[in-house]
Amino acid sequence: MPAVQETIDQVRQIDVDQYKYGFETKIEMDKAPKGLSEDIIRLISSKKNEPEWMLEWRFEAYRRWLTMEEPSWARVRYPKIDFNEIHYYAAPKGTTGPKSLDEVDPELLKVYEKLGIPLREQEILAGVEKSKIAVDAVFDSVSVVTTFKEELKKAGVIFMSISEAIREHPDLVRKYLGTVVPQSDNFYATLNSAVFTDGSFVYVPKGVRCPMELSTYFRINEKNTGQFERTLIIADEGAYVSYLEGCTAPQRDENQLHAAVVELIALDDAEIKYSTVQNWYPGDKEGKGGIYNFVTKRGDCRGKNSKISWTQVETGSAITWKYPSCILRGDGSRGEFYSIAVSNGHQQVDSGTKMIHLGKNTSSRIISKGIAAGFSDNTYRGQVSAHRKAENARNFTQCDSLLIGDKCGAHTVPYIEAKNSTAQFEHEATTSKISEDQLFYCLQRGIPEEAAIALIVNGFVKEVIQELPMEFAVEAQKLIGISLEGSVG
Amino acid sequence: MLEIKNLHARIAEDGTEIIRGLNLTVKAGEVAAIMGPNGSGKSTLSYVLSGREDYEVTEGDILYNGESILELDAAERAAKGLFLAFQYPVEIPGVATMQFLKVAMNEQRKYRGEDELSTPEFMRRVKEAAAELKIAPEMLRRPLNVGFSGGEKKRAEILQMALLEPKLCVLDETDSGLDIDALKVVADGVNALRSPDRAVVVITHYQRLLDYIVPDTVHVLYRGQVVKSGDKTLAHELEANGYADIIGAAA
Repeated sequence: MPAVQETIDQVRQIDVDQYKYGFETKIEMDKAPKGLSEDIIRLISSKKNEPEWMLEWRFEAYRRWLTMEEPSWARVRYPKIDFNEIHYYAAPKGTTGPKSLDEVDPELLKVYEKLGIPLREQEILAGVEKSKIAVDAVFDSVSVVTTFKEELKKAGVIFMSISEAIREHPDLVRKYLGTVVPQSDNFYATLNSAVFTDGSFVYVPKGVRCPMELSTYFRINEKNTGQFERTLIIADEGAYVSYLEGCTAPQRDENQLHAAVVELIALDDAEIKYSTVQNWYPGDKEGKGGIYNFVTKRGDCRGKNSKISWTQVETGSAITWKYPSCILRGDGSRGEFYSIAVSNGHQQVDSGTKMIHLGKNTSSRIISKGIAAGFSDNTYRGQVSAHRKAENARNFTQCDSLLIGDKCGAHTVPYIEAKNSTAQFEHEATTSKISEDQLFYCLQRGIPEEAAIALIVNGFVKEVIQELPMEFAVEAQKLIGISLEGSVG
Repeated sequence: MLEIKNLHARIAEDGTEIIRGLNLTVKAGEVAAIMGPNGSGKSTLSYVLSGREDYEVTEGDILYNGESILELDAAERAAKGLFLAFQYPVEIPGVATMQFLKVAMNEQRKYRGEDELSTPEFMRRVKEAAAELKIAPEMLRRPLNVGFSGGEKKRAEILQMALLEPKLCVLDETDSGLDIDALKVVADGVNALRSPDRAVVVITHYQRLLDYIVPDTVHVLYRGQVVKSGDKTLAHELEANGYADIIGAAA
């Protein structure tokens, strides 16, 4: 099979050095010394003018973290992380809270322009365009600027960095922070609770449909910085919000750690849609460098008939350890997980979801599409469980894997647990390769090999792409094409 | 238009020689039928012509408009106007037929240095061609060949042929799996494409298709060679007497 052989050869030659977001920005940084201690935590907290209760909360997490061990159950391999070699705080100098875009370092604005987020343009367009996105841009540890804040305020929506929210809306933050992902949840979440530096906070009040898509772009710039972002989104009764998260990082030899925590809370009849396009530096062709992405994302359908929907397109990072989950607590609540995970080069992905059915008549749906190329490993790990009282719980799970070449691996590890007899769980899984017949058919119609692979792969992931907001869907399709560049002829 | 000279070709994987010194000339405007018993190399010939990499040419040449195409890959040959209607069209899940058509047409235009078609122009062409072949718009929205009936698959092949406007059309067992009504629709589609600057090579096991697509020349393929050539009456002879006489003479 010469065509297969050719594809495999191309995959072997893959040059992930062509990472398109691998530029570094020279901006003066305000950095904490390396390492972790109560002093460092006190420093982070004071840099952010946090109230005393927040510092105590961090200490509590830190003390617990010292007693915990790194999890080892995921199908990923990496050298032991020295947590004392990491800077836990880095901020661009002079950006501790700009009041408007004019106060933002022009160098920073240039970075965001390179990333394709024209903040300035968006503000000018405010009130003119129908479809708008409010952006909270996080650069290393500090949220630089939040656009559209005023307009959102009119609707009663609070959208700001979590640091600001801790100062300005302490009651809301105290009421909800750590209620979905407790401080003690897992090694990385606990570390995050101790040292989180920034992230987004969203509160949508009762009955309000958020008038625009909210969006955060995260970017890791500084060497040896861990990015510990913390996001908290609350949709009050009958509220609706759609949130987009995009991530990039410059290209580096060292591995950078990213350990985020995202908590979503949906009260009665509320709906949260959370979409991620993750394109962090995956490391070079030998597997050197790249982001370690150890993330805890969880949503709590706390109210009746509430709904939380996760959609993710994961193309970057050296290692991805990520399981956006839903706790279906409210009766009649609904959880969804739509995922595309593309791995190439030496990337390792262990990702999936948990759907925990606690309430009556709860339902969940999981559609996972894994695409493995190069020497990568791509694992779907998922748990679906129904509590004793979760009468008529329903789940449908579909996991499809597509392999390109013969040096990569796809694995599916589902855990299914029903503790009552009325639960109905369905699980379907397939693994396939792009067939020689499909490829030849496309070629014979005049479609060159690389375009043919992109076409076939985009067909494979179509069900998930359809779940993304329009702005992201186009970007995601292109990104999948770019991620697989070099995996074909 | 097409000149095949002393062609030898084998399966790349195991080296089995399938085409053994084949000679064939097809002129522009001509419809040539290639007939032969199972295993004579008919489908292999269609793959070798279209540049499938599972086959290696070891000797001889294929000239298309006077130039050798052996060094061109399958996509380049397609963009230069060579079209193969597959015996077993392949399913492409998740890719709407319409989307596939658009990508194929525009990739070919790109190769030839032409502008992409505008969406209204593309839609106009597809609608027209689909109507000719009695293809419902609903079918164009379904993923290509996924869940298509045998007749729908073959009509989708002819639709692609009509839209891509190739100069050399190779039809591999297009009649297999078709009832008589579907066969007529497909044959009408092919006949509509007959023109003085286009050649058609019809590969078939049976005479039946040739009642509807009447050939100018008929060639009998056996053990990788053309063992007999004639006009359309040769097809009728084969229908009446079978391959035995010719094969006997050649052996």
